[in-house]
Amino acid sequence: MEWNELLIRYGEISLKGRNRNVFVKKLRNNIKKALSDLPTVALKSERDRMFLFADDKRDMDEAIVRLPHIFGIQSFSPVAKCEATLDAIKAKALDVIGAGETAGKTFKVEIRRTDKSFPLETGELQQEIAAHVLKSFPELIVQMRKPEVLLHVEIRSEGAFLTAKVHKGAAGMPVGSNGHSLLMLSGGIDSPVAGYLMMKRGVSIDAIHFASPPFTSEMSKKKVMDLAEKLSSFGAAVRLHIIPFTEIQQTIVSQVPDNVSMTTTRRLMLQIADQVREEIGALAIVTGESLGQVASQTLESLTAINAVTATPILRPLIASDKLDIIEIAQKIGTYDISIQPYEDCCTIFSPSNPKTKPKLEKVMHYESFTDFAPMLEEAVQNRITVDLPLQQVDEFDDLL
Amino acid sequence: MIYFDNSATTAPDESVLTSFIEVNKRFFANPASIHLAGKQAEALLEKSRAQILSILGAPDGNIIFTSGGTEANNLAVIGFARVFRSRGNHIITTKIEHPSVLYAMEYLETQGFEVDYLAVDEQGMISTEELKSKLRAETIVVSIMHVNNEIGTIQPLAECARIIKKHSRALFHSDTVQSFGKLPVSLTGDGPDAITISAHKINGLKGSGLLAFRKGIPPQALNFGGGQEHGLRSGTVAVADAVALAKAMRISALDEEHQEFRQWRNRLLDFIDLYKDVIVLAPDKAAPHIVSIAFYKVKGEVAVNYFQEKGFTVSTSSACSSKSGAAGHVIEAIRVADKYKNGVVRISFGKNNSEQHVVEFEQVLAQFMELLGRGND
Repeated sequence: MEWNELLIRYGEISLKGRNRNVFVKKLRNNIKKALSDLPTVALKSERDRMFLFADDKRDMDEAIVRLPHIFGIQSFSPVAKCEATLDAIKAKALDVIGAGETAGKTFKVEIRRTDKSFPLETGELQQEIAAHVLKSFPELIVQMRKPEVLLHVEIRSEGAFLTAKVHKGAAGMPVGSNGHSLLMLSGGIDSPVAGYLMMKRGVSIDAIHFASPPFTSEMSKKKVMDLAEKLSSFGAAVRLHIIPFTEIQQTIVSQVPDNVSMTTTRRLMLQIADQVREEIGALAIVTGESLGQVASQTLESLTAINAVTATPILRPLIASDKLDIIEIAQKIGTYDISIQPYEDCCTIFSPSNPKTKPKLEKVMHYESFTDFAPMLEEAVQNRITVDLPLQQVDEFDDLL
Repeated sequence: MIYFDNSATTAPDESVLTSFIEVNKRFFANPASIHLAGKQAEALLEKSRAQILSILGAPDGNIIFTSGGTEANNLAVIGFARVFRSRGNHIITTKIEHPSVLYAMEYLETQGFEVDYLAVDEQGMISTEELKSKLRAETIVVSIMHVNNEIGTIQPLAECARIIKKHSRALFHSDTVQSFGKLPVSLTGDGPDAITISAHKINGLKGSGLLAFRKGIPPQALNFGGGQEHGLRSGTVAVADAVALAKAMRISALDEEHQEFRQWRNRLLDFIDLYKDVIVLAPDKAAPHIVSIAFYKVKGEVAVNYFQEKGFTVSTSSACSSKSGAAGHVIEAIRVADKYKNGVVRISFGKNNSEQHVVEFEQVLAQFMELLGRGND
């Protein structure tokens, strides 16, 4: 089936008032970026909907595959165009209906006659087309209320436009329309989901990861890069900051009692993250913490850890069950990457019995014997940044 | 030597061979390994898979890489029949399928499945009316080949798909080994749910093929081991084969019927029309690259030997059944007259041929007819 254009409907943006244009522009840019490798794609945005055109059928098909992942789109429909004559519309209607499922589906024809010079009245036209479609697809069941297949025909002076299938969009807000944050990305299941949910609310993100070579491997770094790359597929580039953390971790192990070392580790990580956040001009820090999941995620732990900064810490998963988080991870494609077996810096140095209810004063007391500040600064200075998706020349291209 | 037996196999494309060797040198690691080399091999494998699905127009679909068309057809027929057994035990196929489908069906019959074999007319076409009448609630699998390997008949897959979907819940598989690269083949909504492709028929390598199926329930695995290919085809995945297949498919994929082959075929048919002792099988319904002809009271083998002598490689009906001597099941199914049925010769075009080859072949064919004392009249 060859489609002439895609009709894209906005999500929450359409509720916006005077600043709607800003959101629409952002969405348009994000779509453009996500389809930048499809040369024949063109966009036209209107106040309450956007149209996508592509001369090459392959580009159009690929656009249909990618659009459902872009935030800010409520739904979209492939549109077929034909001459505004009854015969042409009837023939096109069969193609459009034939391209989707029909067995046992409920069905209705809807007409919008913008061009009032068209010879048939709306009601007549509706009957003519419905009768014609039902002759070829007798399995369709006519139903006026909430039909599963709604054939929409719009007659404008430049032609007739037919749609039947509505593809669900990712909803949410265009990434970048709600500011910028720094995501603490561990390599586990939760943090990529937290990042995804913030992106869905229109927040663009940088990610920060702590590596402890040689205890953590190149593979574990690659895994985090894969996760960040996956997140970047949801509409905005992601810059990943990889912090060399070995020295700090070894210092903690030697200077702080075992059962609070975990709390101290988190506090130092958060301080580093906060410094990076300030440098990149982000407004908040995002974590994948979920209340009570592990020792560092009790309210007492969160209090002790959070005490190092006044920056807003956004925890979109705080009240989510693990199984629900896993479900999202599977849906967005980060789960299979997260469950790869590589060690991360937390599992290697984790104490056997961390305190689940650490006392802030005690933790601060133990930390007071070591001057961590220069080490933190050095770690921030020596970080490596990677921009995702990777722009590398694909070494596989000549093989395929 | 002019090679006119491209339906039996093709010469591997130079660039496909290069890819195969390069991958074996640079990405030989096991794609299931967790080290970097394994990850690279896996990334390459997945990229091949994505490329193939994009060529087939089904980015959400699935690919199982196999050892070739036979394994993929076995897996489709037996694997899907077993998976859907709880829904019923009725299967429909045609009388002119490749042996890798037909014998799999025979095996299923010994396991309590009931199989209907659709008859074909003298051009090798099934009747969609018969297909419709055979479909019932217990029908779980329908397997209909796209292009017949012996006589070239093209079956109306889109129409079959419409009928099957309308009247049953059966899975629709099609053996597209002979059609890919000569006709448009896709795995989109208006065609089969699963298709078989073989690499060596499209200037790829022998020992490589695939079963592609749309999003949904996978077939039951037929072999057991390390659980590769999501448990559907155990055994270390041959990444170089997958890459070579993806490349061969990219080079040969078509949006419309192969124009040149069709012109050559039409030309050859016009020429043969001058001789009353030669008939064309499936004259109007065949794929562009296959010209199957039958000589009156001459053994196919004799003709093949003569053409061989004159520098042309052609074959009797199909390489798979040509050694057995007796007329094959396809020739029987289309009811070729007795005086002709042992005289079948298949000419099949490939990308290494040119129109000049066809012109030269016509001259040799004319000489052959002179020799038999049956010049044109």
